[in-house]
Amino acid sequence: MIFADRRMLLRLLYGKMMSDDEEFEHPELPAEELPLGDWHRSKGARMVEFAGYHMPIQYEGIMAEHAWTRENAGLFDVSHMGQLILSGDGAAEALEKIVPGDISALKEGRMRYSLLLAEDGGILDDLMITAAPMGLYLVVNGAVKWDDISYLRDQLPDDITINHMDDRALIALQGPKAVDALKRVVPGVEALYFMEADTFLWGLEPLWISRSGYTGEDGFEISILAEHVAAFADALCAQPEVKPIGLGARDSLRLEAGLPLYGHDLNESTDPVEGNASFAISKRRRAEGGFCGAERIMKALTDGPTRKLVGFAIEGKMPVREGAPIFVGETQVGVMTSGGFAPTVNAPIAMGYVAMEYAAHGTKLEAEVRGRRIPVTISAMPFVPHQYHRRGKAI
Amino acid sequence: MTRYYTEDHEWIEVEGDTAIVGITEYAQSQLGDIVFAEVPVAGSSLKKGGDAAVVESVKAASDVYAPVSGTVLEGNDSLGDDPSLVNSDPEGEGWFFKLTLTDSGELDSLMDHAAYKAFVDGL
Repeated sequence: MIFADRRMLLRLLYGKMMSDDEEFEHPELPAEELPLGDWHRSKGARMVEFAGYHMPIQYEGIMAEHAWTRENAGLFDVSHMGQLILSGDGAAEALEKIVPGDISALKEGRMRYSLLLAEDGGILDDLMITAAPMGLYLVVNGAVKWDDISYLRDQLPDDITINHMDDRALIALQGPKAVDALKRVVPGVEALYFMEADTFLWGLEPLWISRSGYTGEDGFEISILAEHVAAFADALCAQPEVKPIGLGARDSLRLEAGLPLYGHDLNESTDPVEGNASFAISKRRRAEGGFCGAERIMKALTDGPTRKLVGFAIEGKMPVREGAPIFVGETQVGVMTSGGFAPTVNAPIAMGYVAMEYAAHGTKLEAEVRGRRIPVTISAMPFVPHQYHRRGKAI
Repeated sequence: MTRYYTEDHEWIEVEGDTAIVGITEYAQSQLGDIVFAEVPVAGSSLKKGGDAAVVESVKAASDVYAPVSGTVLEGNDSLGDDPSLVNSDPEGEGWFFKLTLTDSGELDSLMDHAAYKAFVDGL
């Protein structure tokens, strides 16, 4: 597969350009436009550079957008993420070498959260994998998608085709009223349950829609050809439940939902067990192994990790943010990896790693911000209950 | 009373040798929803251009610098209970601190309203 993309070419010429942070740092490459760039501007968005693209950080304000999504339905543009199709005989088995989930058992129309593992078991990315009619449909993080594609190409046999669908946009509609709004525009989507996906028609235009998202709310993610996405976003925003929501609220929503952000809460140096993602290691895979870093990961599963990603309630009103060290007395026992004000909780919250002996819920520790010690307490996640529309759950 | 402005988007309103300091309407609009503000305690000594206060939006923490040198008379305690005053009334109720000036000559390097408006329009 050839990637006829300017950035991919430059990447090959100049080497690694994406930091493992979500910032796009290469000064030679200006941020690029996404299909909805002008649409966001026309809606009054403030644009920032994120993962190499001009993206909306907010419209009317992060607090209002956050609350709107928790109560109604928020439309998010996540077109910066990479949409890939792996196809060819044995694609699932081949992919299982570098992800710890039971991919070959995925039935068509079912999806799974998984982790792209480095050879040492570190996490190169987190991703969604769906068994789609055309192959395995992967959605990977925007900031690391080019690295992911290179790694997949290196690791997968040549007869597995990787198709980067960069002609498609991806949007998410999230919130308790997402289903009411979307079923008026695309009848039939209400039949999906959480982590299920199918093809639907919007007029003559095929959409690939899953019931999933990253806010903790019920909702959908919709893959659509880039040339139609503005009209589709208009059709959604014409519904009374729907407003466009920026990246700022996307981050506060996912933090309250206890969902890790790659490049912050998970990275190449964290393994799935300490990263609180053991659930992504399927039962069969635990029994059989055979994935990158299996030895390290199985050992962590058996012996327990030395540190763990946990949630924190913060005393007072001052936010404790990424990078704040965590102390017991004079001894540093951890570090915050995400943190900020949580609008629905109405208090600051954080996520970070602590040494295992301090990781129990209710443990009281201190974080340091601008030279001051702030009392923090290890708290169960999610901070706001998930509202997923799970199969088998009473409606 | 005369109001001056800095390139870091603070305003300072001077009366005699005392002054009130806050952040401008432009600054609050750029920061977005303010969730926390930390103001200096009375008696603190501030140096022109040095850290004086902290303002935190949902996304990030930002420093508020001292537009001039001086000694803090009072921090605005109302911001502790309601930091959103900085959004709703940044150049009034959302002030940060009052101080006595060390050297009123330092005001000469600041902008007046027309100069600040031109500065913001050029951003």
